[in-house]
Amino acid sequence: MKLELKGITKRFGALVANDHIDLVVEPGQVHSLLGENGAGKSTLMNVLYGLYEPTEGEILVDDRPVTFNGPSDAMAAGIGMVHQHFMLVPVFTVAENVALGNETTKLAGMLNLEQTKRRIREISDQYGFDVDPDAVVEDLPVGVQQRVEIIKALIRDAEVLILDEPTAVLTPRETDELLGIMRQLTEDGKSVVFISHKLREVKAVSDVITVIRRGKVVGSADPSASTTELASLMVGRSVSLNLNKAPATPGEETFVVENLTIASATGPALLDGVSFGIRRGEILAVAGVQGNGQTELTEAIMGLQDHVTGSIRLDGEELVGRRTRDIINSGVGFVPEDRNVDGLVGTFSVAENLVLNRYDQAPFARGVSLRPAVIEANAAEKITEFDIRTQSAATAAGTLSGGNQQKVVMARELSRPLQLFIASQPTRGVDVGSIEFLHRRIISERDVGTPVMIVSTELDEVLELADRIAVLYGGRLMGIVPADTSRDVLGQMMAGMSADEATAQHTDSKGGAK
Amino acid sequence: MSTATTLPASTPAATVGVRSWKTPIILMVLSLLGLAVFALGAPSNDVTFRLSDPGEAIVLPELVVSAPVVGWFTAVLMVAAAAWALMLTRSGRRVPVWVVAVFGLLFVIGFLTWVVGSANTPNVALYGLLSGSFALAIPLIFGSLSGVLCERSGVVNIAIEGQLLFGAFAAAVAGSLSGNAFVGLFAAAVAGAMVSLVLAVFSIKYIVNQVIVGVVLNVLVSGLTGFLFSTLLSSDAAKWNSPPSLPPIRIPLLADIPILGPILFNQSIVGYLMYIALAAVYIGLFHSKWGLRTRAVGEHPKAADTLGVNVNRTRFMNVLLAGVVAGVGGAFFTLVSVSAFNRDMTGGQGYIALAALILGRWNPLGALLAALLFGFATNLQYVLSLLGTAVPNQFLAMLPYIVTIFAVAGVVGKSRAPAASGVPYIKG
Repeated sequence: MKLELKGITKRFGALVANDHIDLVVEPGQVHSLLGENGAGKSTLMNVLYGLYEPTEGEILVDDRPVTFNGPSDAMAAGIGMVHQHFMLVPVFTVAENVALGNETTKLAGMLNLEQTKRRIREISDQYGFDVDPDAVVEDLPVGVQQRVEIIKALIRDAEVLILDEPTAVLTPRETDELLGIMRQLTEDGKSVVFISHKLREVKAVSDVITVIRRGKVVGSADPSASTTELASLMVGRSVSLNLNKAPATPGEETFVVENLTIASATGPALLDGVSFGIRRGEILAVAGVQGNGQTELTEAIMGLQDHVTGSIRLDGEELVGRRTRDIINSGVGFVPEDRNVDGLVGTFSVAENLVLNRYDQAPFARGVSLRPAVIEANAAEKITEFDIRTQSAATAAGTLSGGNQQKVVMARELSRPLQLFIASQPTRGVDVGSIEFLHRRIISERDVGTPVMIVSTELDEVLELADRIAVLYGGRLMGIVPADTSRDVLGQMMAGMSADEATAQHTDSKGGAK
Repeated sequence: MSTATTLPASTPAATVGVRSWKTPIILMVLSLLGLAVFALGAPSNDVTFRLSDPGEAIVLPELVVSAPVVGWFTAVLMVAAAAWALMLTRSGRRVPVWVVAVFGLLFVIGFLTWVVGSANTPNVALYGLLSGSFALAIPLIFGSLSGVLCERSGVVNIAIEGQLLFGAFAAAVAGSLSGNAFVGLFAAAVAGAMVSLVLAVFSIKYIVNQVIVGVVLNVLVSGLTGFLFSTLLSSDAAKWNSPPSLPPIRIPLLADIPILGPILFNQSIVGYLMYIALAAVYIGLFHSKWGLRTRAVGEHPKAADTLGVNVNRTRFMNVLLAGVVAGVGGAFFTLVSVSAFNRDMTGGQGYIALAALILGRWNPLGALLAALLFGFATNLQYVLSLLGTAVPNQFLAMLPYIVTIFAVAGVVGKSRAPAASGVPYIKG
């Protein structure tokens, strides 16, 4: 099936999310859409999948124009989509999820799940998915859930499969498996639209690459193009992908976590006996696939978790059991992983958000009253220093772009002397230009002698910033390895192998290959 | 040679559960209460339980027990169960649900024996207690099923009370005017659906807070029916407020089963409709296409939407259906139990139905059991006040609500509501 988009434009009020986009997806191809967060890739795919109606332009299937009034029309036309956030009902079984909306029924509308299960097994065997139709979805690993999504599309006879940022939640190993599945699908004559901002993956799997920037197609590239070329095309100017940071000059170990355990009411411990230390002037990056205890670790340090046992000491002082406010006041800066939920108050102004952690202290407050003039002056200073692109200090923080919101959070947390700096997903959903800036700020914080802990699920970011790398898997520390550890070793640690085993195996297999 | 292909199976993190002391502590307190009251405070006389109505085909003999023996027996077993629960929790294990259930049964037996034994006449008709409980549970079950239908599709239904009350009112008026009880039953279903329609329009279309709409609807129905009762219905009660009643229909043979037979198979049409509704909702919800879509819409509406399920229409239809079910339940008040409408005659049963829904974990069968429990507590209060016990009447009147609070507060454990219940769905 050939799929063509002609002059697709999508406006939300004054905002032009897609601006006359043309795209042709040929059968048997992996067609990658490369672009930064907010470039308009997801909007385009939602138009294609019938979730949004295009303001202008048309969609052609096998050269015939079609209109989609909803996802069911798109599915009927042979288009399947795997959303970035899975569209699976967690408490349903795989079979129930696959059947939903496409039920085979017996008499009187009774479900015939047996038939659905048979089809799932057929598809699962054909592509080697290894999916049990009776498993409950919420108990399955993310990689398997993704395959359930693919089965959902295939069982509806999808000829074009849209994968929206599919690798964001996968381990490196699962990512490799997914790329393999994509090749298998194209061999069967199906086509895949692969949406991503990860250059290496796009290069590895694509037949055609289309680059989108600010809602427009800015060009297409050959998979053989270098990552630097692709990056500059994506961002619109030349970017340096390497920070070239100076080597760390670590001092004494002032931050120590010992045997940290967080019990859970429902199942395995969220964090199980984690111990590590961070020295002054050093960045420890915590790597791991999302949901392996990183959130709990940072929240435990900030006093935001219950049922914590073990010890967290900063400059010899115990933090476990203390109030969050005390922990902040003892000099801990914290950038939470989701700025919209924990980092900012969206309806407050930029100026107010910049003093959220110190609004009740001098110089921003006197007695019970705030001092607006000082808060204003502080905002003006930080906006210049961090290059925050905002109309004014009084603009609501929620209206800023992701990168600028993150700069507000970072500016607030970095604008006082710190004893410890923790940043969780410091550049998630941030444009490439801002990433570079934020990374430099983190490194300069290290260089003034603060112990820094970075939590990131992006291996690229971990490798860029880290002086040492700790890997979490299933709430346990798989080990702490030097910053120059290879991706393969890190990938296996992220899948649950201890540092020693992973390193040994890696050198082993290298030796075996010779 | 390389052995690199096998990933060593790394052991998962050890289960370090958060110990919940709630259950063992409650059990311990109740068992000590039992020890002090049922055993040490036991009356010295015998207690008689009558098991069958003398008019039944098979009459069981009366059960005569000694109050101190039963008191000590239940108290000791309860203390043992509580101690065992304490030990289990100490060693980090969960207290099984059946232990709590057995404990509850022991407590009820101990309490009944003690309270009847210390009454003026230590003699109680157990069959009457049970059949009365069942009758009281019928509108609760209808109410809970209404709640199940709404909440499983993602709409919180606080308006059960209003649906029951309006159903009762409509059944009384339509039944009186037409002289036909079935017209009354139909009118009750329509009245329930009307309350639901308002709930659906405001909560689904206009995205008003569902709890607030529900509460407002209850107040509205109460005020409206109260006004009409004091003006229209009181002016000519013979014309407006004397509906014919639906008589019990005895199913041969089945109704002759001792104890259960007369309770289950000597019901009015409304009672039999309850069995049908219960079975239909249960089977439909878990084994039909409609049920799969309903549950999907209540758990993850966006997922359902991306698969071509119309979320808001599914919710709308379910809320309307829920109104029909609760309306029929309301008819029980005026067509079966009392043959006249009275101001606020549902008396908070809708809220108890809501509690039964939560205690029953949003499952029709669970709601059935919970409704039976609440029905039992309510009827026990009536029966005991007739017997003339030492316990003040006001305390007995609290009984059903105390049971509700304890039950819902979670002796039974944590329950999980449909994820999207109460969350309006906005496309895009």
